[in-house]
Amino acid sequence: MEDNLDETSQPELSADEEALVKEMPALTDVGQARRTFLGQSLTSGVGLFALMLLEKEQALAALSAPADAVFAPAAAPENTIRIAMKVNGAAKTLELDSRVVLLDALRERLELTGTKKGCDQGQCGACTVLVDGRRVLSCLTLAATLEGREVTTIEGLARGEQLHPMQAAFIKYDGFQCGYCTPGQICSAVGLLEEARRGEASHVTENVTVNTTSLTDEEIRERMSGNICRCGAYPGIVAAIKEVHSGKETARTWRFVNDDELARVRKEWQTDETV
Amino acid sequence: MRPFKYTRVSDANAAARAVTANPNAEFLAGGTNILDLMKEDVERPNELVDLTRLNLADIKAGPNGGVTIGALAKNTDTANHPLIRKSYPLLTQAILAGASGQLRNMATNGGNLMQRTRCQYFYDTAMPCNKREPGTGCGAREGLNRIHAIFGWSEKCVATYPGDMANALYALEAQVRVRNASGRERSIPIVDFHRLPGDTPEKDNNLERGELIVAIDLPKSNFANNYYYLKVRDRASYAFALVAVAAALDMDGGRIRQARVVMGSVAHKPWRSREAEAALSGKPASEQTFRSASEAALAGAKPLAHNAYKIELGKRAVVRALMRAARLI
Amino acid sequence: MARYIGKEINRVDGVAKVTGRAKYAAEFRAPNLAYGFIVLGTVAKGTIKSIDTRDAEAAAGVIRIFTHLNAPKLGPKASHEQAPPRATEEQDKSFRALQSDRIFFNMQPVALVVAETYEQARYAARLVKVSYNAEKHTTDTEAVRDRGRFPSQGPPPKPRGNPEEAMKIAPVKIEAEYRIPIEHHNPMEPHAAVAVWQGDRLTMFDKSQEVYNVRKHLASSFNIPEANVQVISPYVGGAFGSSLRPNYYPALTAMAAREVRRPVKIVYTRTQMFTGHGHRPYTIQKVALGAERSGKLTAMVHEALHNTSTFEEFSDNTTGFTRQVYACPNLYAPQRITNTDLSTPTWMRAPGAVSGMFALESAMDELAYALKIDPLELRLINYAEKDPESGKPFSSKALRECYRLGAEKFGWKDRKFEPRSMRDGRLLVGWGTATGIWGAFQMPATARITFKANGTAHVASATSDIGPGTYTVITIIAAEYLGLKPEQVEFELGDSNFPRAPAQGGSWTTASVGSAVHGAALAITARLLEFANRDANSPLRGAAAADVEMLDGRLQLKNDTARFVNTAELMKRNGLGEITETFEAKPSQERRNYATLAHGAQFIEVKVDPDIGQVRVTRAIEVTACGRIINPKASHSQEIGGVVWGIGMALQEATEIDHRFGRIMNPNLQHYHVPVHADVHMIETIFVEEDDTVVNPLGVKGMGELGMVGIPAAIANAVFHATGKRIRDLPITPDKLL
Repeated sequence: MEDNLDETSQPELSADEEALVKEMPALTDVGQARRTFLGQSLTSGVGLFALMLLEKEQALAALSAPADAVFAPAAAPENTIRIAMKVNGAAKTLELDSRVVLLDALRERLELTGTKKGCDQGQCGACTVLVDGRRVLSCLTLAATLEGREVTTIEGLARGEQLHPMQAAFIKYDGFQCGYCTPGQICSAVGLLEEARRGEASHVTENVTVNTTSLTDEEIRERMSGNICRCGAYPGIVAAIKEVHSGKETARTWRFVNDDELARVRKEWQTDETV
Repeated sequence: MRPFKYTRVSDANAAARAVTANPNAEFLAGGTNILDLMKEDVERPNELVDLTRLNLADIKAGPNGGVTIGALAKNTDTANHPLIRKSYPLLTQAILAGASGQLRNMATNGGNLMQRTRCQYFYDTAMPCNKREPGTGCGAREGLNRIHAIFGWSEKCVATYPGDMANALYALEAQVRVRNASGRERSIPIVDFHRLPGDTPEKDNNLERGELIVAIDLPKSNFANNYYYLKVRDRASYAFALVAVAAALDMDGGRIRQARVVMGSVAHKPWRSREAEAALSGKPASEQTFRSASEAALAGAKPLAHNAYKIELGKRAVVRALMRAARLI
Repeated sequence: MARYIGKEINRVDGVAKVTGRAKYAAEFRAPNLAYGFIVLGTVAKGTIKSIDTRDAEAAAGVIRIFTHLNAPKLGPKASHEQAPPRATEEQDKSFRALQSDRIFFNMQPVALVVAETYEQARYAARLVKVSYNAEKHTTDTEAVRDRGRFPSQGPPPKPRGNPEEAMKIAPVKIEAEYRIPIEHHNPMEPHAAVAVWQGDRLTMFDKSQEVYNVRKHLASSFNIPEANVQVISPYVGGAFGSSLRPNYYPALTAMAAREVRRPVKIVYTRTQMFTGHGHRPYTIQKVALGAERSGKLTAMVHEALHNTSTFEEFSDNTTGFTRQVYACPNLYAPQRITNTDLSTPTWMRAPGAVSGMFALESAMDELAYALKIDPLELRLINYAEKDPESGKPFSSKALRECYRLGAEKFGWKDRKFEPRSMRDGRLLVGWGTATGIWGAFQMPATARITFKANGTAHVASATSDIGPGTYTVITIIAAEYLGLKPEQVEFELGDSNFPRAPAQGGSWTTASVGSAVHGAALAITARLLEFANRDANSPLRGAAAADVEMLDGRLQLKNDTARFVNTAELMKRNGLGEITETFEAKPSQERRNYATLAHGAQFIEVKVDPDIGQVRVTRAIEVTACGRIINPKASHSQEIGGVVWGIGMALQEATEIDHRFGRIMNPNLQHYHVPVHADVHMIETIFVEEDDTVVNPLGVKGMGELGMVGIPAAIANAVFHATGKRIRDLPITPDKLL
């Protein structure tokens, strides 16, 4: 059986792909793996259903409030702050209640719902985004503190219509089920690769006094432990990160039993009553 | 989360002044603990003074062979700084044992020292808690206290300090440099930074109102070769310790010249065991020596209803950490 | 040969999920949206004495505050505020919020704040002051274990044979008691709803495993026709049983929206989830096993007791599969429940089975050691060749193959029998095994296929995809039987305007909805043949529907593919832009003649650091016999998920209650531990396919629960093998191994 995402045969990257790789600093050292995951379009798979839902939403959006709709008494806004920052490359200026955290600013104000609220208290990692290239939790980041900063969310990882290699690798290794923790996992993984490139250590690094830039499975697991996946898609996530990090494919860990094996064991227990 | 005024300051004195001027103001650094507690209505400031733009994130060589780390340096940057990795790898290990990659990218060193307890009763405003609301009683004293203190607790409070970094700082005898509104600086030996709960569990530490942590000074260390930070927890990562041990040995061949043993998550502050250190000093590094040290370390422990296991676990953790520090395993 | 079934195919919703475009309930926009925030109570039992909402109402942005004093009554009265409903009355006993002053459990909703922004609602919720007349409560199942009773549903349990006498004379016997704490599903997505009214028509975006059930619940809550309610739930961020029932928040959200005449959104906080959707009950189990010295079981007694609430009865059917897993002539396996002042428990992944099999499969391991027989061999000795409960044959059962092949793959023959006899350096190594079992269920389900002349198809059914890969699997089935490529098939689910489907639970979705899609595809085929046969010159003239198939734009004879018609041309000739068929698939009569079960053998390696009590599950092999596998990639992910859940249940998960207050004290992910990346190592799946023509036309059995069922026991058995310590109270945390 062929993997759907087998490497193409072209040995070299095209100019466009080179440009893409340059724009993704986390990928500059990833060798052959980058080829595997380049060129995958994100138009496939967001099909009709998404469009129909959009229509439903748009139909609702056209609704005006009935005359008897209840609104809170108007009051002078208190503790409003004004923030100018970049989100996925675009300049955004927001006037916000000082209490708004980045997560709610993205989801409720900027319509960027790809960043997920899982616990809202720093205990799950679903809300992970990149701020100035580093992975952080948006639920515990006060929007007010982000003046002049650059925020990258899951919506900002793909380049035009091309998936980020990490996104493609997650699909290849089935590194998700329900998909809810996935944006946080992917943003965390992208941040992690950059940390590894800088030689940062982890809790499982045997000797923290020397730089290591190559990640074992154990290192990836530890470094990703701040991203909980309740579906338990961890092995696929680790495989995806490993391939983007090192170009190494992870062998399949499932298989079908074949008829010969079945015939053999069936014969065995007819002749042998012990295990 | 109550409404609050957001104040951005550009220098440390202004920050200290702002918090001194308003008894309901709090500093905001990484935000990883205070914002969580504000959402839970445990912390209720009406003003947050944002420190994140202050120039207090440097990590550089200090006087007498030591290193100074800025209060606002991120945990990640501290753990991975070449000076720290080379001379204070115990600190690197301790920091990396805590939280997650994302949280360490946000959390600052000063904020980490200010981290509050993870006691469930402290977090739940419907429950009694003398730390959160003096006079309401301690929910954990007769309640669920598997994760609570075995040392230094009082009838008023049995909470623990949950952090990892501070355990290493205690072992390394760091000094916490703080500055007040008038610009006066003072240094607090780390062992005096946190408090035991006594009758005032609402006070976690000995900072004066408005004092701002500006740096942590690490003295020259003889512990860069033999060290180990052990964290025992309910899952493999991203969990608070049941028991943690920061162990450091200054070795003269097979003999221990000097030792440091600090236990975490066993008391309202990192619990440095001078008794264990005395039991190690001058002795050969061996499992037997470490066993006697572990007995000494846990000798004064007083368990609660559900955490007696911490005594045995603590002993074993001390032995294990020392064995690793001595490179015997 | 199948083109797509059984092939490794990426998820069709993959791109939507990795780009953040997949929309979950809380992410739908509506104009003039207001935000609701729920206020939870602070006592476990009693009545609300007074509620002071003045400060909250005065807070900026507050639109309205609802309490039991001003909230409209919702639909037929819930059971907790009236006498039990009459038998003829339709029963919807689910808890509805703000309907009376009664407090049934701690952290029960007592008020709802609706405000212009989330921040305003959250803050004002803190300003609502509630006082109570508290009454004495009981939240500790242990304290009321002597008040256990049989569930009112179903007949009281009957013993098989004479278990009492058989136990008395058994040459070897063991008896032990096992405990499982309350556990919570903790899907990553918090439950959420957005309610939009247009007159008396309601559109509800909800996190749901069964949109039809939510629709019914809402229609009855507001006394409007079901046709007036549309429930939409395209993506569900995990549920694991927590969205099988409507829960209290959808009606609460819709009520608020109706009252303030604006769309309202409510999202549970992580804490609110702990009393907002039920839990796996606290379960005490006593297992006694009697056997011949040969290992042959002669008596099994498995008694289970768990909590339910005071206002609603829930039974987990903890001992159900005990009756069917091993051949044994004498058996008694009663299930009892007992009331506590907690919210009602509910189904949580592998409900009943994983709890029951934890106890039974731990006990089997204990028996193996009492007999000094290899634990795997003991299971083979007691292999059930036919269903021990009904005496019926199994429709298929390749469990023996699973045991054998799993043992081979795992290297079981190298296992040393004695505990503490295997090491890896200073770590103790333990190998454990257990049997997995789950029903091969099928529920009535309906699907609609619109086949278009342009060679694409649209498929719809109101099922759900909470993560197992239903989008993909149904797409594969439709593509297979319509002879299309998967990318030519568009499958929609999660909308109550689609044909009815059962709840996504019980691992029956593929069997049920897949069979409906299969049937609809065959109906399309038959329709096309009908049109083809109108043409006297048709190459298919005279062929019966069963003789033809669709493939790549052709309708062709199965056994002579040179005889075909082009479907596009056929449809064009007949002036058909598209044809639509709706098909309801129901379980066959034939199933009744068989026992229909899925099985698996599960092998676990743990490494235990004996000094500090840390357990790592270093290797897991799932050998699975669950009929035919539609998509091995997603199926493997289900098995992985089962192992990870098993790790959580065995080693980490427990909801802790301070019984003095009757309050859950760890309603968050910092203290309620679920496995993280670092807890999960090598997990392998081996599929032993069964050719089962009885269970359903596709021959599928489902596996979402199956993969978890034996894992906690296999881990506990491996821990025993590693350490010599038999831990019967979950979870096995480090303190228990010192």
